[in-house]
Amino acid sequence: MRGQATRARTVLAPVLLGLFALALWQVLVVAFDIKPFIVPGPIAIGSEFGANLSTVVQGALVTGGNALVGLVIGGIGGILFAVIAALVKAVDGLSAGVVSAVAVVPIVALAPVLYAMYGANAETARQLVAAIAVFIPVYVNTLRGLRQVRPVHRDLMHAYAASAWQTTRTVTIPGALPFIFTGLRIASSLAVISALIAEYFGGPIGGLGKSITSAASSSNYNLAWAYVLGAILVGLVFYCVTLAIEMFVTRHHRPTS
Amino acid sequence: MSDTTADVPTAVPAVLVEGVDKVFDTKKGTVTALEQIDLTVAPGEFVSLIGPSGCGKSTLLRLIADLDTPTTGSLTVFGKTARQARIDQEYGIAFQQAGLLPWRDVSANIELPLELHGVGKAARAARSAELLALVGLSDFADSYPDQLSGGMQQRVAIARSLAESPRLLLMDEPFGALDEMTRERMQTELVRITAETGAAVVFVTHSIPEAVYLSNRVVVMSPRPGRIRDITTVSLGSAAERTEQLREDEAFFENVSIVRELLHGETPVGIRGVENR
Repeated sequence: MRGQATRARTVLAPVLLGLFALALWQVLVVAFDIKPFIVPGPIAIGSEFGANLSTVVQGALVTGGNALVGLVIGGIGGILFAVIAALVKAVDGLSAGVVSAVAVVPIVALAPVLYAMYGANAETARQLVAAIAVFIPVYVNTLRGLRQVRPVHRDLMHAYAASAWQTTRTVTIPGALPFIFTGLRIASSLAVISALIAEYFGGPIGGLGKSITSAASSSNYNLAWAYVLGAILVGLVFYCVTLAIEMFVTRHHRPTS
Repeated sequence: MSDTTADVPTAVPAVLVEGVDKVFDTKKGTVTALEQIDLTVAPGEFVSLIGPSGCGKSTLLRLIADLDTPTTGSLTVFGKTARQARIDQEYGIAFQQAGLLPWRDVSANIELPLELHGVGKAARAARSAELLALVGLSDFADSYPDQLSGGMQQRVAIARSLAESPRLLLMDEPFGALDEMTRERMQTELVRITAETGAAVVFVTHSIPEAVYLSNRVVVMSPRPGRIRDITTVSLGSAAERTEQLREDEAFFENVSIVRELLHGETPVGIRGVENR
């Protein structure tokens, strides 16, 4: 019973705070007669969101789709590359510098160049931007996880005369899963942000980013905010789904003796 | 299981250590962990290595397991080099930490060595069921390590070390992290299990009663550099005769005293039978 009470409190408290903040926002907008181009009230945004639900959903599917493709490609690439780097010391040594260099590149800045490369009416450039943004945190976290093998497990696999690949498959990669998922969780938000921002630099019409810029440039501020709300929801969905998968996959990963 | 010893002539010892030194190179210079170690373990014999921390008992076990290589001297396991014996999976091993893979359930953990060595799925399942019964954990086949107590985890680790019916078991303080009650129960079980399997055991411990209760012979070691101070034969009857009753037995206390004297290199102080560890 007490557990339920605490759970109710942990859920209820932030929800109440959120509602209070929204109410305060609405009151301030009305009381000070704040113009929509500065910031519209939550009710205006909400009603615009409801009225344009189908276009918001369409935009969310395009942006979310690009982010998902980027997350999958960048995630698989990051994990594979980290496994190779962990197995082959030379690869690790060679790639360390490159990876830290790529890590500091503002990846969205590549979008215009990639549009030129792949054509402005294809989604490829956006997916690539997301994939590159995803690659770095997944690679870095996976590699760190792959180096966390407990000495007792290393001894055990040595005693079993297990091959390097057997050790990687049965001990190293499963042991690195919590780290891989930390990387993927960070990357999931990055994928959405990158796919969205890449739309600001051109490419085909249809995504949420494009919709935000076009609504804002035609002074339809309420609609622009409705699309922003849509983008926030896409980001939340990505984060929550990765978190749920992480919690399921690593449910037995509590350290044991 | 016990019949696996039949195809080996008794002349071939399970473990033969001759003139082994082990020197570690550290930043502060060289450390001699082991010096002039000679030891023979017969097939089916239970030998404990006992000594204070830093006497090299674990190092010696790691050398036998080929987890480390001796600096000088020779070391054979069933007449093979330690390396070849490891590759041929001549021994099973258990450590102080159970070292179970937390993402595998109990039977998958026990089947791990079999899986790595290409044993088929049905054969693996049959063997793990057999071993779970042996260690009394049949009801926990589908549990995960984080759902088990420390003692149960260690029993799974012992079952895993027995998976390939090895003729030699290497155990590095497997009960070191357990409470006294669990520890005594595990010791009784180990005596039973080794009697059933007929495997030779090299058992590292720092507990005198544990060494006396379990062993045919106790190897007493001294530290810095690690040397064998003495080897004493404990004659407490066959494995089957060693029951819980033995812990109250006069002969048991006498042997505890002998090992303690050897360990301290002096006559024991304090009341006989009181555990000084």
